[in-house]
Amino acid sequence: MLPLSKILGSSVGKKYVMALTGLAMVFFLLEHLLGNFLLYSTDPVPYNQYGHFLISFGNILIVAEFVLIAILLAHVVSGISVALGKKAARPSGYRQSGDAGGASKKTFASTTMIYSGLLTFIFLVIHIKTFKYGPEYAMTVDGVVMRDLHKLVWETFSNPVYVVWYVGTLLFLGFHLRHGFWSTFQSMGGNHPRYSPLIHSVGIFIAVVLAAGFIGIPIWIYFTGA
Amino acid sequence: METMTLNLKVWRQKDTNSTGGLVAYTLETVSTHMSFLEMLDVLNEKLLAEDGDPIEFDNDCREGICGMCSLVINGVAHGPWNGAATCQLHMREYKDGDTITIEPWRAQAFPVIKDLVVDRTAFDRIISAGGYVSMNAGGAPDANAIPISKSVADEAMDAASCIGCAACVAACPNASASLFTAAKISQLALLPQGHPERAERVLLMVEQMDSEGFGDCSNHAECEAVCPKQISISHIARMKREYMKAALMAK
Ligand code: SF4
Ligand code: FES
Repeated sequence: MLPLSKILGSSVGKKYVMALTGLAMVFFLLEHLLGNFLLYSTDPVPYNQYGHFLISFGNILIVAEFVLIAILLAHVVSGISVALGKKAARPSGYRQSGDAGGASKKTFASTTMIYSGLLTFIFLVIHIKTFKYGPEYAMTVDGVVMRDLHKLVWETFSNPVYVVWYVGTLLFLGFHLRHGFWSTFQSMGGNHPRYSPLIHSVGIFIAVVLAAGFIGIPIWIYFTGA
Repeated sequence: METMTLNLKVWRQKDTNSTGGLVAYTLETVSTHMSFLEMLDVLNEKLLAEDGDPIEFDNDCREGICGMCSLVINGVAHGPWNGAATCQLHMREYKDGDTITIEPWRAQAFPVIKDLVVDRTAFDRIISAGGYVSMNAGGAPDANAIPISKSVADEAMDAASCIGCAACVAACPNASASLFTAAKISQLALLPQGHPERAERVLLMVEQMDSEGFGDCSNHAECEAVCPKQISISHIARMKREYMKAALMAK
């Protein structure tokens, strides 16, 4: 095998990293959304029990969190590297821009990946600070004391500023996934006349489901809470 | 014969080190039967008659096979016609009073030599790095001695139709040379004659492509849309698979 540094430093290898880490995070997001569907309920017990169940993994959860952070950082680093390389490869741009259409897959989503990505990164930092490291409410279910995260979430989304911020940034996550999902396959060499159109459609579907699913939570809570 | 008047904005640049800019020209009596390059010839004759400096632009065959012509027309490499090089574009596309902006390929790896002419020798160096097969001298081998199925031959031929024009780089938002490099890697990976140097080829060509200062591929597929030979990004995917195999198996 070539030295890993050489593979990862190449234009092709860099995109393997971006693709694999991106795909891993898509799976994380799907799981995250499935769990969060419990937030649509006004009853705090199922959601808090789910949270308590995750926390009961103890050290395994901490390892998983570190793995997720490593995946995220690798994705961010490769993304920034592509963006910087792009600037260096064409320091002076076209005076008149245009789109060729036809076979092109260049879209608003594909040309704003670095911005939607960085926005999502900033969103994540604030998101984790708001909830994971937010105020610790507690509740007791069947004699078990557990964190009442449901209360914190519902409290947070009674604030319209949070609702607007979540809806706005998650919309960009949707755009990021719209180009990102099918891209992971292309970057890993997965392109096939029979399956590529399907992968492309699945990518759009996943982008819409994830964005709409997450965006619905703050909106739903804002209008049904209080 | 139908004629029209066009407002042209053409990139003029004295040499590599000077900063260029768009210069406006009005050209009357342009025939709809002219090719795009003939229209520029007429403009150049007018400039020469006025003791001006004619506009430099690359061209040779003027029938879409040499890969020399290289203009970005209204922001699109090779202009608005899909599957056509600049020289194959005809003025019937335009109408009286249209404004047309003409710029050179823009990439750090392709310095402007003058006006619309850029230096594309970076492509030659990518080919020299591995885009060939080595043949032993001696008696000519039998034609068709190595069987190649029709579908494989077709796909290799699609890749081999690359004329090296570099519109893919010009159109890529990242100025990546992936489509060109992949077309050659793919062509030779498909054919048995390319197999002895297969792994070495992809590693060397990708390394050369990176060192020339092209950007990374972000899968916009804008290259496929402007490519005069409509070469598919599926060849880029093959390059990625070839690279993966070669990088893992390398000693
Ligand atoms: S791949 Fe197409 S656009 Fe790129 S150099 Fe070859 S013919 Fe030109
Ligand atoms: S001049 Fe030869 S391809 Fe256009």
